[in-house]
Amino acid sequence: MAVKVLNPGLSTTVQDLGRPGYFHLGIPIGGAMDRLALRAANLLVGNDEGAAGLEAVFVGPHLEFTRDALIAVTGADMPIKLDGEEKPSWTALKVRAGQVLSFGFLQTGARIYIAIAGGIDVPLALGSRSTYPIGALGGFKGRAIAKDDKLPVGNAAGSKEGRSIPEALRRRPGMPAELRVLPGLYWHRVTEETHRNFFDDQWKVAPEADRMGYRFRGGRPLQFVERDQPFGAGSDPSNIVDSCYPYGSIQVPGGTEPIILHRDAVSGGGYFMIGTVVSADMDLIGQLQPNTPTRFVKVDMDGALKARADRAALLDRIRSVFA
Amino acid sequence: MQNRYSFGGDEHLFVECDESMSLEAFFKSLSMTNAVRDSQIKGVTEICPANASFQIKFNPDIIRPDDMLREVQAIESAASKTDPVIATRIIEIPVFYQDPWTHETLMRFRERHQDPKATDLEYAARINNYATVDDFIAAHAGSPWFVSMVGFVAGLPFMYQMVDRPRQIQVPKYLRPRTDTPKLTIGYGGCFSCIYSVRGAGGYQMFGITPMPIFDPEQKTSYLRDFMVFFRPGDIVKFKPIGREEYDHTVEQVAAGRFTPAISDVTFDLREFQKDIDGYNARLEGMINGR
Repeated sequence: MAVKVLNPGLSTTVQDLGRPGYFHLGIPIGGAMDRLALRAANLLVGNDEGAAGLEAVFVGPHLEFTRDALIAVTGADMPIKLDGEEKPSWTALKVRAGQVLSFGFLQTGARIYIAIAGGIDVPLALGSRSTYPIGALGGFKGRAIAKDDKLPVGNAAGSKEGRSIPEALRRRPGMPAELRVLPGLYWHRVTEETHRNFFDDQWKVAPEADRMGYRFRGGRPLQFVERDQPFGAGSDPSNIVDSCYPYGSIQVPGGTEPIILHRDAVSGGGYFMIGTVVSADMDLIGQLQPNTPTRFVKVDMDGALKARADRAALLDRIRSVFA
Repeated sequence: MQNRYSFGGDEHLFVECDESMSLEAFFKSLSMTNAVRDSQIKGVTEICPANASFQIKFNPDIIRPDDMLREVQAIESAASKTDPVIATRIIEIPVFYQDPWTHETLMRFRERHQDPKATDLEYAARINNYATVDDFIAAHAGSPWFVSMVGFVAGLPFMYQMVDRPRQIQVPKYLRPRTDTPKLTIGYGGCFSCIYSVRGAGGYQMFGITPMPIFDPEQKTSYLRDFMVFFRPGDIVKFKPIGREEYDHTVEQVAAGRFTPAISDVTFDLREFQKDIDGYNARLEGMINGR
């Protein structure tokens, strides 16, 4: 069974829940930017939550199915069409052989997730089917899908159409988006005034926002605590001796535009970091469009762990829909 | 040299061994990450050494962040009592300095460079007080280098020169990063040399190119069949200058599956190294291929 790509969209990649274990060699975890949305899509079609699906950013693909299939589309709000007829999102949909799945214009959010019963069956690369294009690794031939590709699909476990995830269980960023941040890492490198400004200011998503990182602008420039730069760090006050970068860490090159590293993060480099977005809010970043107003909300470790527990509880409620 | 600990969100413990780069700081980072790996703490998912710091990714559902911190702090006090010795390998990397491909690229991005009238090598030689480019190349290829970090992108090694600080080469990065760098370029930024594992953007000065692939996601290269990434943190590298003829020949050998990198297992002792750096380096180099 295969799915034929009639139009790939802007950048559509095969993603699962990622490949942990190789960040020390510069190979990032990757996987769905919005993991909750991918898990939900997979549950809807009876897959393992970590099965590989398609992640499409801003523009949906056109796909022709060569056999009957069960699919679900979650994530961003984007009209879903089967042979031109609109269908509901966050719902298991029956597709007949020969039908074409396509999409209307993006409304809110940034990324849709398309799960197909059986999962996208590309070969595992270092334990994952996620696409890492910089390393030409994983996914469909190590790259985003292209016109006329034929995507292999695994054997479906058998699930039924029509099931849906209630509106209340679909997590979306607010307006403005709020991202919870645990200060740390090189927080001591900026002044107390900057400590306040960073959380007081309203930022917005810059056009440079992708799977590697999201850039923000609009807040006041950061002020650094003066020091003689350490040996090997470079001359700019925002430079450090090249270190590891955590996922979600916020670096601010030159003290002007914060960049949050995401699933395809570079593993290290020479820019100081002011703190880290909590793991629970990484999914939300994946749904931010350029120009989205964004606030950073300061939390301590207890707050970060509470956010994590809340997200886990939400996932449990989604799972209970299928129990 | 006391570690500084900080959490990177709820899933990372970030440990800075020193603000400044030094072999001692790198060595502490490497030996602590080895000790963390050996201790098999439950809930640890990634252990990443960097130049003078390291990072541990963990699952806070399995180990609480405070417990994670205590475990690693306990390892720090134990590690300070162990000998600064590691088992590693020394590898000879052939380099075609002043090759036509990096030259073509650096000429294309001249307006982003500190010194648009000179090449990257001419500039680096001048600001490090070498009379000629050849003298500079002799220094770059004259001492071994520690792979102090593998990363940025897939399989890219950062390398730190194994000489005392006054002799260390330092070169700033480009004023603005290039949008292109040939694959397998030997680069230089700050006090680090690197090898670009894939083609792409980059800000390091470009000195030459190696014919030896260091990352192969298809694992077709003979010596990358077991694993797609060649380098590991702690590897010791010695550059060997080669000319066009040997470069072309090596490229052919690699394609035919007949090229084997010159590698020897070695034990590195930081105290012995510090007693007599040049003598120790000469003995290390003598062990490449058992020569």
